[in-house]
Amino acid sequence: MKIHEYQGKEILREFGVPTPFGVACFSVDEALAAARTLGGNVWVVKAQIHAGGRGKGGGVKVAKSLDEVQTYAQQILGMQLVTHQTGAEGQRVRRLLIEEGAQIVKEFYVGMVVDRASQRVTLLASSEGGMEIEEVAKHAPEKIKTLRIDPVHGLSEADAAQAARGIGIPEAALAGAVAALRGLYRAFVEKDAMLAEINPLVLTADDRVLALDAKFNFDSNALYRHPEIVAMRDLDEEDAAEIEASRFDLSYISLDGDIGCLVNGAGLAMATMDIIKLYGGSPANFLDVGGGANREKVTEAFKLMLKNPRLKAILVNIFGGIMKCDVIAEGVVAAAREVHLTVPLVVRLEGTNVDLGKKILAESGLPIISGNDMADAAQKVVAAAKGEK
Amino acid sequence: MSILINKNSKVITQGMTGKVGQFHTQQSKAYANGVNCFVAGVNPKKAGEVFEDIPVYASVRDAKQATGATVSVIYVPPSGAAAAIDEAVEAELDLVICITEGIPVHDMLRTRYKMQGKKTLLIGPNCPGLITPDEIKIGIMPGHIHRKGRIGVVSRSGTLTYEAVGQLSALGMGQSSCVGIGGDPINGLKHIDVMRLFNDDPDTDAVIMVGEIGGSDEEACARWIKDNMKKPVVGFIAGVTAPEGKRMGHAGAIISGGQGGANEKLAVMEECGIHITRNPAEMGRVMQRILKT
Repeated sequence: MKIHEYQGKEILREFGVPTPFGVACFSVDEALAAARTLGGNVWVVKAQIHAGGRGKGGGVKVAKSLDEVQTYAQQILGMQLVTHQTGAEGQRVRRLLIEEGAQIVKEFYVGMVVDRASQRVTLLASSEGGMEIEEVAKHAPEKIKTLRIDPVHGLSEADAAQAARGIGIPEAALAGAVAALRGLYRAFVEKDAMLAEINPLVLTADDRVLALDAKFNFDSNALYRHPEIVAMRDLDEEDAAEIEASRFDLSYISLDGDIGCLVNGAGLAMATMDIIKLYGGSPANFLDVGGGANREKVTEAFKLMLKNPRLKAILVNIFGGIMKCDVIAEGVVAAAREVHLTVPLVVRLEGTNVDLGKKILAESGLPIISGNDMADAAQKVVAAAKGEK
Repeated sequence: MSILINKNSKVITQGMTGKVGQFHTQQSKAYANGVNCFVAGVNPKKAGEVFEDIPVYASVRDAKQATGATVSVIYVPPSGAAAAIDEAVEAELDLVICITEGIPVHDMLRTRYKMQGKKTLLIGPNCPGLITPDEIKIGIMPGHIHRKGRIGVVSRSGTLTYEAVGQLSALGMGQSSCVGIGGDPINGLKHIDVMRLFNDDPDTDAVIMVGEIGGSDEEACARWIKDNMKKPVVGFIAGVTAPEGKRMGHAGAIISGGQGGANEKLAVMEECGIHITRNPAEMGRVMQRILKT
């Protein structure tokens, strides 16, 4: 689960990582009031959306007067901000962060990830702040320092200091940088984060380090013990179909094709998308109904897929293990009746009670196209989506 | 022979008395020699009780002492599952199979750290388990799709493993053992570990390896295969069409920053001499073709 920058900075401050003073705002009036409260003569007006690359897309502006704060807030609030992470349609800006300006001497990058290979939380730090770490990794990998952190002892002062020196933090600012790194690590662990980035972490003219940005991604499996993180969820930033799916415990991801897929199991669901593509079609979604699918879940899954105006055909691919094929078949028949299916439906069943399941489909009187195996079903659904018989 | 488990394995079920644990214990017990294999359950609140003729003990240590079991399978809910693994490791079992899906990643990081230097092997979490056909089934896979034979299967996915097994069985190729290593980013045995075991198993002639996007375990395994594997390997990777940065059901299945993509994995695997297929419906037929030549 992702959160906004201003929320990420709240968490950082809670763990002793210094950030500029700032206020989250939902209107131009609030933005102006915030700038007045903050005082000073330079403010940063920052669009709050979950996607990165906001600056390049025109979502971050430096204002040198209250008039400019007003102008920029007007410009940014409500705009469709397009970045490399939003897709071409962009993301509507509904929140701003108004922040005091900082006198930046140098920018650094600091991040934390869960490294699968070493099975450790790993600190990434670089002297090349402000640009995407993926770009640095491509063009100057030697400028990225990594440190695997022992989960029992945590990030020690000595290790943090070494990492900070390694990216060129001057001695005068070292204590601040060590506190920032150790605070980031504690936040990462205590809040069950999967990814945390401060980019840039800046060195100011008076030798302080400040987190100028904050990006967090939390482990959704751990949200049950973090109501304070759940409270930060912003549904406006998420795909409507995916939110609807999560209410029914379905795993759904919107894609840009026209063939809906309903599958049990994540691996098989991905493989189903792949085989559709292989036979010249294009999947409209990833949809895993999970192991315990019942009639209600299958019906909701059909409704979700049918909300997509591009949908031209549906492929149901079930390998029944614990989930019995007859139960799924009943669900498919009931769902097809309830939603008055208007697109061709191809169903492939295999596994537990497969014969019973096929019988239910055949006797339903519905125009269901039966797929003998995964390849046959994929070819049939691709043909159906193209209007071929 | 087979890998990791056989008809003589003695198994403790942790979380046996919950709804999921009960159902799968019944199923596993009814498969092949299951009635002799599933010898103990663990639940501190129900110690002394009996479920399906299986005695329940207060702890893994007690269950091990009373029955001589060396393997455990875990159906404990996510919030307590990592602690259940820890308990099995502390009791010095040989093998722990964790079926539970949805364990927080940081819990698994701590558990894996504690496992360093210990003898216990871990399969999963978030996996279907493992099976040696006609001998023993530990986990949630449908037993009836398997046939006894000489092909090994190792996979990160559940139903996609069944798909591979179903294709093999339909073409008359049985399996020596099938291992679901799980879809989580922080897990126990990886492709490479299971591949080593298959390589050393005299009753395995060839292996199907099923992977998916995320991480670099398949690449590591492929490089090992190139230098060490004496048996042919067929490979498939799910997620060629997956968009970057999205989590596709499995917490481990996320491509980020251009790493862990299916095409990159397939390229490395092909380079290392694995017989890859891009068509998930062809895994069995590719294996059949290789064994005929």
